[in-house]
Amino acid sequence: MKVQVADRWPPGHIRTPGYLRGKIGEVERSCGPFNNPEQNAYRLPADSRELIRVRFTMAEIWGADAERPDDILEAEIYSHWLTPLD
Amino acid sequence: MPHDHLSPSGHPYRADNDAPLTYWQTMEIAVRELLIEKGHITAEDVHAQIDAMDARSPAMGAAVVARAWTDADFKRQLLDDGSAACRDMGFDIGPMHLIALENTADIHNVVVCTLCSCYPRNLLGLPPDWYKSREYRSRTVREPRKVLAEFGLTLPDTVTVRVHDSTADMRYLVVPARPAGTEGLDADALAALVTRDSMIGVGIAKQPGA
Repeated sequence: MKVQVADRWPPGHIRTPGYLRGKIGEVERSCGPFNNPEQNAYRLPADSRELIRVRFTMAEIWGADAERPDDILEAEIYSHWLTPLD
Repeated sequence: MPHDHLSPSGHPYRADNDAPLTYWQTMEIAVRELLIEKGHITAEDVHAQIDAMDARSPAMGAAVVARAWTDADFKRQLLDDGSAACRDMGFDIGPMHLIALENTADIHNVVVCTLCSCYPRNLLGLPPDWYKSREYRSRTVREPRKVLAEFGLTLPDTVTVRVHDSTADMRYLVVPARPAGTEGLDADALAALVTRDSMIGVGIAKQPGA
């Protein structure tokens, strides 16, 4: 499944790296539910969120500057940062 | 020329750490002493945890990799659920969620944590200092081949690099490829070929006799 990472920049303890915001990738696997770190970090009651490993191409992330366009990068992104595209 | 800043070995003396405590050092001592005073934990508990962490080392990961090389069923289990496979071998990895990644003829895996310094320390022990450096963290996602070349690992063009940014709750163990010419070796001898760097993905396993 193709997904897009939200291009949001809220303050706080965010586990979505800036260089992946707005980028499009493929779901690699689900890692199951975890407490949302954006609440957990402040000892607030935390919602359970699905954690998803997303696979990106270096071309998608770095464009023409990619060291090698078809190399791969994978990262864990919480589901509330992802929009399904298909 | 004055040489009084050099030790007799010719190396500079390491600066003594007699500066005042930082805010967070003071905070750690205060919280630890309060927890002990209020009876939540004992000083022995703290020492035992430090000892347990210091006892963890890349040798544990090497034993896991060597078993995966010699036991196809175990390798399947490891790739399917890394945490369960390590626990089955008797390693106390605590609550760690481990994903094992297999290097093949076509894929080379390398692990980084761009946001902080997440590392499978419950299996491999404490991370090397460079793993926590801004250089390694920022460049490995941007120019992994150049970074690997600086570690002495130049990958052929036929190999795809698969970088894993350890952004959240999972931790990663690279299962390096088994070196050629090791068919006759048992798991203990094989484990001696598995380096820490090969399990992070900035190196490969050693050749026997190397």
